[in-house]
Amino acid sequence: MGNKTTFDFDANIDGALKDDQLRKNLRKAMDILVDKRRAVFPDTAYLEQLRSAGNAIKRRALKQLPRLLEQLEANCTKNGIQVHWAEDTAQANGIVLEILRRHDARDIVKGKSMVSEEMHLNHFLEANDIEAIETDLGEFIIQLNHETPSHIIVPAIHKNKDEVAAIFHDKIPDTPYTENVEELTAIARRVLRKRFAAAKVGLSGVNFAIAETGTLLLVENEGNGRMCTTVPEVHVAVMGLEKVVEKLSDVPPLLRLLTGSATGQMITTYVNMITAPRRSGEKDGPKEVHLVILDNGRSRMLADPEFRQTLLCIRCGTCLNHCPVYVRIGGHAYGHVYPGPIGKILTPQMEGLDQAGVLATASSLCGACGEVCPVRIPIPDLIRRLRNESYDQDGSAVVKGGGYKKNLAETLVWKGWSLANRSPLLNGIGTRLAGKAGKRMPKVGPLKKWTRVRTSPQVARTSLHERARNEGVKDE
Amino acid sequence: MPFTEAKVKTMHVRNYPEQSETAYFFGTCLMDAVYPDAGMAAIKLLKSKGVKVVFPPDQSCCGQPAYNSGFTREARAVARKQIHVFSKPYPIIVPSGSCAGMMKHHYPALFAGTPNEAAARRFSERVYEWSEYLATVLAVELEDRGDPLTITWHSSCHALREMNVIRYSKALIRQLKNVTLVELERETECCGFGGTFAIKQPAISAAMVKDKVADIRRTGATTLVAGDCGCLMNITGAMEHGGVAIAGKHLAEFLWERTNGQ
Repeated sequence: MGNKTTFDFDANIDGALKDDQLRKNLRKAMDILVDKRRAVFPDTAYLEQLRSAGNAIKRRALKQLPRLLEQLEANCTKNGIQVHWAEDTAQANGIVLEILRRHDARDIVKGKSMVSEEMHLNHFLEANDIEAIETDLGEFIIQLNHETPSHIIVPAIHKNKDEVAAIFHDKIPDTPYTENVEELTAIARRVLRKRFAAAKVGLSGVNFAIAETGTLLLVENEGNGRMCTTVPEVHVAVMGLEKVVEKLSDVPPLLRLLTGSATGQMITTYVNMITAPRRSGEKDGPKEVHLVILDNGRSRMLADPEFRQTLLCIRCGTCLNHCPVYVRIGGHAYGHVYPGPIGKILTPQMEGLDQAGVLATASSLCGACGEVCPVRIPIPDLIRRLRNESYDQDGSAVVKGGGYKKNLAETLVWKGWSLANRSPLLNGIGTRLAGKAGKRMPKVGPLKKWTRVRTSPQVARTSLHERARNEGVKDE
Repeated sequence: MPFTEAKVKTMHVRNYPEQSETAYFFGTCLMDAVYPDAGMAAIKLLKSKGVKVVFPPDQSCCGQPAYNSGFTREARAVARKQIHVFSKPYPIIVPSGSCAGMMKHHYPALFAGTPNEAAARRFSERVYEWSEYLATVLAVELEDRGDPLTITWHSSCHALREMNVIRYSKALIRQLKNVTLVELERETECCGFGGTFAIKQPAISAAMVKDKVADIRRTGATTLVAGDCGCLMNITGAMEHGGVAIAGKHLAEFLWERTNGQ
């Protein structure tokens, strides 16, 4: 949870790395997701074409975002969907609360929505005496255990079935202990059915909002999304403003990329397309549909031509699944709503570098995330840019909290490094000195950290520069 | 769908020039200080194939350490130095996928909008990873003179994802008739080096290299071969620290030894 004052990344990392069960669960689950994605996209050439198409569609949408959002609002309104704009999460929470109060709702059934996590909606509602009920199975599990999602697609991925069995037994009254997955699912179903039937208001996220038709598209596998959006009298959808696309024909390639990348599915079990509340003469469906469009820093990202690419994201989570850091520390260690590679670029931009810039250090820049991103977000390049803005040597930072790491010591180190690498004389002296010191190099600073698990590098007594000269390599 | 055309595009295959009489060698800062034997082996192999190798003495580092750490200005200054030093139109051969990736793919971005942009682009076009140059432009045929040996191979992330040259490195290894290559289970996963990442996030880096060493041990190989000194320093350092008796060698040194009966 984005509790800024208690975010201790180092402690989170150490805790996660000590948790063998967590690492085992994550590795197993990520392997399955990676394999499933590979199986659903067997033709590399086709996948690369599809990724380029996805990138082009989203770029085109971002290029005309203000117009598309207005068009979306106009068409939704025409269809009978009430559109609300929220500049920040406090406004968004206020809008949802107001709707709930107007309908005297004591609770709300929720489909999976990362934007609602971004809003910290459940806590906000709890403080206002309204119970939020997570109905996605993974979300249901972690809500019982008072946890937050550790993955944006599979929120309880850090738990194995034995742990789920224990949670159900402990937290749901009169539940016998069982590790049988079908029985566990049936228990959740039994509990949730009653809540669906009783709730006046349901909430969902949005995967794509189609401007030309005023349609909200929602994918899911459990049917809980359809329940949340059709059973209660009121449906509230929340979305980040980057979810809008221009045309209905933009959706098939994006949908293919989303479900294939996220869960390795050709298509999800349910694809909901919501265009209006219940019309007169219709027997079911909500009587009211609301759409809350959240900015929360997104329009600031849009203003920068490089950072804007963060908004291409379709929240498939495949960058998490392929990340060698995520698979070892899990989602909670990142201390914020969006973990993994996408979180490393999204969170510092939302919360400010001074609050969350440290996340950008947790990457070896191996490039695995950029390689698989379905819309070709150059995540490593954006991580590098955030690192640059963290020091903001030239005063050009655009992200909030830029320059928070600026310090004389590091600046001097890199200035010295730069000088030595431009002066052949200094460079030669440095290498020779290190060569002479050999194993006697003092293990302080970086070398101390390096040698915790490794022997120190052996600097050669004769450098390649000297060898090349001595052994007659041409030097024109 | 025009399958073949798209397929070729996906493979990022370069158009390789005819062999140039003279070629530059960029020794990389790590080879210079820690792995000069590998550097000399790389040079000697090129020379043995008839390439006149030039080693400009004023060369230093590609600039990546600063670039990846948030010190773009310092990186640019060092990169500019390399562009000046390697000014003749010879191909620039780099025995590291990571440094080659920096010089080939990041220099154009690093100098975008500066007076050096055009020069940086021309420079980048001349950059080749060492095994790539041997396997394509030189089309070398290697004769293995060593004893039977089981090895494993570590793919550096930037050789794999930026330079896309792993198939060339492996093709060279597969020419050695007495060498059995046992591949890693997670060959495409980062070893945890990441330059300053190993220092900025030592605990995560340590967990990554520990898993890499375990993967290497499972192959039963007695030698680990890699094409990047950064990874090599990280992995062999961890193996030595953990008392794992597996030798680590840069591809250039390994190939030179095998083809010269050492």
